[in-house]
Amino acid sequence: MKQSLSERLAILSDAAKYDASCSSSGAGKRDSAGTKGLGSTGNGICHAYTPDGRCISLLKILLTNFCIYDCAYCINRSSSNVQRTRFTPDEVVWLTLEFYRRNYIEGLFLSSGIIRSPEDTMAQMVHVARELRQTHNFRGYIHLKTIPNASTEQLAEAGLYADRLSINVEMPTEQGLAAYAPEKKAGIIRHSMGEMQTRIEAGKERTLSGRRPPRFAPGGQSTQMIIGADTATDHDILASSSSLYSGYRLRRVYYSAFSPIPDASAILPVRPPPLLREHRLYQADWLYRFYGFQFSEITAGRPDGMLDLTLDPKLAWALANRALFPVDLNRASREMLLRVPGLGVRSVNALIATRRHKHLRLEDLARLNVSLRKVKPFVHTTGWSPARLVDQANLRQAFLPRPQQLTLF
Amino acid sequence: MTYGVTLERDTSFSEWRPLARRCFLAGVPPEAMEWRCSTAEASLFDTPLSLPTPRPDAQNPILRSNCLALLKSILRHADQTRFDLAYRILWRAQTEPSLAAIPLDPDIARALRMSHQIRRDAHKMEAFLRFREIGESENGRRLFLSWFEPDHYILPTVAPFFTRRFTDMDWAILTPKGSITWNGTECLITRAPCPKPDLSDTLEQLWQTYYASIFNPARIKTKAMRSEMPRKYWKNLPETRLIPQMLAQAGARVTAMATQQPQEAPQFHKRLQKRRAEKP
Repeated sequence: MKQSLSERLAILSDAAKYDASCSSSGAGKRDSAGTKGLGSTGNGICHAYTPDGRCISLLKILLTNFCIYDCAYCINRSSSNVQRTRFTPDEVVWLTLEFYRRNYIEGLFLSSGIIRSPEDTMAQMVHVARELRQTHNFRGYIHLKTIPNASTEQLAEAGLYADRLSINVEMPTEQGLAAYAPEKKAGIIRHSMGEMQTRIEAGKERTLSGRRPPRFAPGGQSTQMIIGADTATDHDILASSSSLYSGYRLRRVYYSAFSPIPDASAILPVRPPPLLREHRLYQADWLYRFYGFQFSEITAGRPDGMLDLTLDPKLAWALANRALFPVDLNRASREMLLRVPGLGVRSVNALIATRRHKHLRLEDLARLNVSLRKVKPFVHTTGWSPARLVDQANLRQAFLPRPQQLTLF
Repeated sequence: MTYGVTLERDTSFSEWRPLARRCFLAGVPPEAMEWRCSTAEASLFDTPLSLPTPRPDAQNPILRSNCLALLKSILRHADQTRFDLAYRILWRAQTEPSLAAIPLDPDIARALRMSHQIRRDAHKMEAFLRFREIGESENGRRLFLSWFEPDHYILPTVAPFFTRRFTDMDWAILTPKGSITWNGTECLITRAPCPKPDLSDTLEQLWQTYYASIFNPARIKTKAMRSEMPRKYWKNLPETRLIPQMLAQAGARVTAMATQQPQEAPQFHKRLQKRRAEKP
């Protein structure tokens, strides 16, 4: 029986939601002023939020949820009994444009189950992107999921239309991938990433005569790892991120706490990991990308390789490295101020800009809108000295959440 | 002697600037200036306000570009004390030229906070405004209408975003603080309050379907949702009316997933496996 567009939209967006990425940034500035087109890009905008706390920035759908692969963690694996359906490329184009005109979305994030062959699937996705860009002059954001094993020409054409390409490494370790996704090969995924990286970088360089090479995914590439399905520790995960960021210049690595799915495979753990674990991994990721930390520093103090769930990784690091504190607000380097728990990039910028003109006092810190309780033990300035606070053996206790009486009923 | 000016509530930077300049040239310090909004209730002891006369030998005020940009920005804020703050910064900047570069100065800290609120308001307007299709305009283009309630006077700030993005359609944005209209070549901004239109669009059902399906019931983080999409925006969004229902059903959906018995794999999986086993 033919399903209505609405029914298929429900199935194919439900099937796409386990991909955490929804970012629409990094494409640079582009708009339709003076053209007959529709759409613009700039800083990514989140157009709505669902009660799971995630933003909706792009229309995130699959072209089809038929799939010949049998990856244990995936809702669309061939052995699952979910309802199967597909969109035609024209329907995806229509939905994207109509949603965009009503300001619901920033653009399209198109992924797909593997049908017939990887090349065949990729060809259909590239077709959608080509239609949007060439027939409809669409200048909004397009994120395409790359299918491993797709041909080189397809990749080149995809990069021409897409703002971002991504390919999921799925599991933090190769053993994990082999156990959970027998048809996917870690080597091939990494090879595709390497190829995309070469093209992305080539797309940025001008030739000797100053001519621009053809566009290739100016928003770079990203990837996703599933957390908590296998036994990989946070240390393994962050080590894997580290090699991905430095080896392939990824824009983002997404961590997706494995979430219960209907008709789940028997080899998955019964219980999902705590959502807090995913949150701590993102915090560690931020420390690496914006705060000058190395991943190895963050997990160094943890014997079991897991991040502390009760304290955020920056505070945990500071407590393990107390010899470096307290720092002088008026003299400390930017790098060191960034390592003070409770101070974010914006606060550090404000402190540095202000201390060029005047001496910082405790009142200035209070004006920063930061958690003084967290910052005070680690800094000293005129009007405040933590004295022996930073040396106290039980300083950690001061930051732990208050113990709570369990309910009797 | 106290001098002062009575201003409209939505006075913009370009309207305030000549008045401030005149007061500055007359040498009136910020403590002796009163900037009053016409709609504020006049108190019993309010004296009638008068503008001072500039002194002929006075020097024009000088501002660095970052300070001027900050004043332009905070004059779009709805806070009625913005004129006091702006005049005080103008006054102080003459003796402290680098004032605007000191983010932790009390006046500048407040101005920066206001500026941040304006940027957030504009960003949320770009995010949460929804167009509804109402037919065709006279020139044969598709016509859309929308309603939004911004907190601050940001229509001139956001207008370029919408005209550059929705170039190939005609639209109007109505707000209690004025309107923006676009016909493909011309963008018109008015300041008269608009009434709320009664709108509907059949495509909203598809959008609601998408919103409900992309939600993962196994992870509830309503606090994160509310911090980015505060309740004040909900009444004008087509999708948010589904939230209570989505939350109410989430628990049952997760339980159903957890207690589901393993099922036999579908036929096509078996055929795939068989074909794969036959291949060398």
